[in-house]
Amino acid sequence: MNTSWGKRLVIAAPYLWLGLFFLIPFLIVLKLSFAEVVLARPPYTPLIEWLNAAGQFAPKLRVNFANYLLLLSDDLYIRSFLISLRIAFFATLIALAVGYPLAYAMARAPESWRAILVMLVILPFWTSFLIRVYAWIGILKNEGLLNAALMAVGIISKPLVIMNTDWAVYIGIVYSYLPFMVLPLYAALEKQDPSLLEAAADLGAPPWKAFWTVTVPLSLPGIVAGSLLVFIPAVGEFVIPDILGGSGTLMIGKTLWAEFFNNRDWPLASAIAVVLLVVLVVPIVWFQRQQAARAVEDGR
Amino acid sequence: MNASRLSTVNIVALTIGFAFLYVPILILIVFSFNESRLVTVWAGFSTKWYAALLENRQIMDAAWITLRVAIVSATVATIIGTLAGLTLARFVRFRGRTLFTGMIYAPLVMPEVITGLALLLLFVALDWDRGYWTVTLAHATFSMAYVAVIVQSRLVGFDRSLEEAAMDLGATPLRTFFAVTLTLIAPALIAGWLLAFTLSLDDLVIASFASGPGATTLPMRIYSQVRLGVTPEINAISTILIAIVACGAVAATLVQKRSLVLRRRAEAAARADV
Amino acid sequence: MNDTRTPRARIEPWNDPAASAYVRVEGIAKSFGAQVAVANVDLAIHKGEFFSLLGPSGCGKTTLLRMLAGFETPDAGRILIDGADMTGVPPHRRPVNMMFQSYALFPHMTVEQNIAFGLRQDGAPKAEIADRVAEMLALVKLDGFGRRKPHQLSGGQRQRVALARALVKKPKLLLLDEPLGALDRRLREHTQFELVNIQERLGITFIIVTHDQEEAMTMSSRMAVMEHGAIRQVGTPAEVYERPASRFVAEFLGDANIIEGRVTSSANGRLQIAAEAAGCTIAVDGDGLAAGAPCAVAFRPEKLTLAKDQPADTSSNAVAGTVFDIAYLGDMSVYHVRTDAGATLRVAAANSQRMIERPITWDDRVWVTWAPGAGVVLDR
Repeated sequence: MNTSWGKRLVIAAPYLWLGLFFLIPFLIVLKLSFAEVVLARPPYTPLIEWLNAAGQFAPKLRVNFANYLLLLSDDLYIRSFLISLRIAFFATLIALAVGYPLAYAMARAPESWRAILVMLVILPFWTSFLIRVYAWIGILKNEGLLNAALMAVGIISKPLVIMNTDWAVYIGIVYSYLPFMVLPLYAALEKQDPSLLEAAADLGAPPWKAFWTVTVPLSLPGIVAGSLLVFIPAVGEFVIPDILGGSGTLMIGKTLWAEFFNNRDWPLASAIAVVLLVVLVVPIVWFQRQQAARAVEDGR
Repeated sequence: MNASRLSTVNIVALTIGFAFLYVPILILIVFSFNESRLVTVWAGFSTKWYAALLENRQIMDAAWITLRVAIVSATVATIIGTLAGLTLARFVRFRGRTLFTGMIYAPLVMPEVITGLALLLLFVALDWDRGYWTVTLAHATFSMAYVAVIVQSRLVGFDRSLEEAAMDLGATPLRTFFAVTLTLIAPALIAGWLLAFTLSLDDLVIASFASGPGATTLPMRIYSQVRLGVTPEINAISTILIAIVACGAVAATLVQKRSLVLRRRAEAAARADV
Repeated sequence: MNDTRTPRARIEPWNDPAASAYVRVEGIAKSFGAQVAVANVDLAIHKGEFFSLLGPSGCGKTTLLRMLAGFETPDAGRILIDGADMTGVPPHRRPVNMMFQSYALFPHMTVEQNIAFGLRQDGAPKAEIADRVAEMLALVKLDGFGRRKPHQLSGGQRQRVALARALVKKPKLLLLDEPLGALDRRLREHTQFELVNIQERLGITFIIVTHDQEEAMTMSSRMAVMEHGAIRQVGTPAEVYERPASRFVAEFLGDANIIEGRVTSSANGRLQIAAEAAGCTIAVDGDGLAAGAPCAVAFRPEKLTLAKDQPADTSSNAVAGTVFDIAYLGDMSVYHVRTDAGATLRVAAANSQRMIERPITWDDRVWVTWAPGAGVVLDR
């Protein structure tokens, strides 16, 4: 076998596949975002008209900015974006606050436990996302288990309204994405040499100070990776706001879904997708850089 | 610092963390055995919802389609994802590598609504009838990125001198790849396949875009029922799915742990009789 | 130097102008980006030699070895093995086998399968493979270990499996990359002799890469000392140790005091050198340097003698100083002497007597003396 030939084949197969099924679809989304919605199959106008009204060959580019103008002018879409970013941001912070102690405790657990603890974090991730979100309905709704338990203990006298509010969405996101936060944190914390903390203590740092000046800075790559893994998909989340959130929880994924499936406005849905991608391009590139850098570091 | 002992703070963190992760699932499972239709009030043990499930043709059909989609898409994703992982780990310089790595890492975090919409528009542009095959293609595409990353990380820790040794002993590059490289990264391929399989089993959003009439997957079916409200039937099907995944995951861990223990023991024995 | 040659030296093929080399490296060069790994190296290695490539890490010795195996393609030059040009021949078609630093044992195969791997690639008959594997296991004293997996072996056993696997195809040339680097000191010394025994028994040409000078000295018939991708000196261990060509070789191989000075006269193969920095005059064997030329002379510490009393003749090859440090090494001690002119000399003395009270101790006034043949004038 000729090596360079084999190499070309190995690269070409996934390259072509991804080009056809990942890259070109995005170009189509971009193209469609400049089209106009019509009542037809498919429900949009072509971007380039090859023939004029008289049937002669006369290519004409029809670029229509109306979809983007609508996104900028209609309060609904702007609010959707802002609410999505806000919810994703705070959900990421909460996930970090919940995940860090958990990851830290896992990394400090006896070595024989660690594989099992990691398994326990991964396990929920393998079970259906939809089912895990669904599980919260029975807990959070007004006559649900949480309210029943709190009222039985006597902490509250009338049910808390959590279901169909932003609070339910926060809980859903934190719960669903927690493994994505914990695993990179754990990986960063676990490989830390315990003698670093001993050195810090030896040089006079009390434990809390050693934690802030040694442990936390060294786990920064894990914090960044975990936060991006939660934040990016959370911005475009559809299932959680749709099932747990109320009609007021206008997240952009839900808006896109509604434009596409309910209003059949494919060009507008495409325009939303393009804007969402532009909004997320910075964190996505950041994530890629970090992954690539980590791959190089692991190779050493 | 004693790493083998857990402080109280750490035990509390572990308890709260894992309770948060598992209590909702446990509640879901418990109420699948509830006699009453109400999912919040316990009325006695019953398996009647499981029996009802077996008679629900819609759910059984959807389950069958989902299984077929998951098996085929996971297999395709593993083959192409392995080639992609190989490319990422081994070919440091080639034209278009930046674009290539971008296309591998982007699907990992891309909001599903975007991926789903994009794939749907491709299928429409190509004038393909949406159904079983388009869902399978869509799933293979987004899960191959996961396989690629798993294979890549396995290859990064791979001792290249093993391949050189095989070639040095007369094996051609192709034989070396099959006899040494592929055999040694087989655990990553299995892990990748399993991950691709569960991702496909799980997916609602991309399937909703890519699917057409006659190819309703189980998550799509569950979703349409969830919108109508919580029913013990959904709890039952969820419990079955969870049980399948949990058994597989636990078995995989035990096998791994067993081989690790055997290996440790063998190494200790070898050290003793130098 | 003819009179100092041992009987063995007379049969050394590298000294026979009629002998042709078995492995020939001609003008080989290799760079990785801007980094020059190997720069224009020539080597001639004879059949049956145990040849060492010695040098500090990053000197290009491993790259040279990997080019011999075919894992790296040279930018320039060519390699001939037994008369055949190896340029463009892929590793799996070369009559060369390699023992890897990490051993590179296939973890998913048993010891037998590892050893049989090379023969199976050639499609050898099963019975022959079984015979050869058994033969190899006996050679490396691992009978009965054939069914084990690599991770069930100790470090020393793995090393022997790697050796057996590389030898099973009877290669024309065996390449060994730091073969003993992963073993502890005791096992390493034992294995050195075993390796030499096996090499002499099989008559296969060995090329070994090592950074350990003791290992190279013990095992090799000849060695090449490398630095910055170039070969600085080739010779038998004794030649290289006793007559280092350069300051680098003198300091890399063993310890050396290097004294710089200026030639004052040259006559009858004897140079007179004035070394102002050390504060003495040196008479040393050598020629080819005119009066007034700057030069450097290397002295091995064990070739210098220490005495409390002033020698009869202090006009040359003697210098007075003060002991300022003593390193006690058990079998010998190294005395650090500061000469009156301010230079530092290290003098090694065998501790032939049990010593409780030192005859010479800190701050003693001493004389350091040496024979005219003790020093070596360095080329560079």
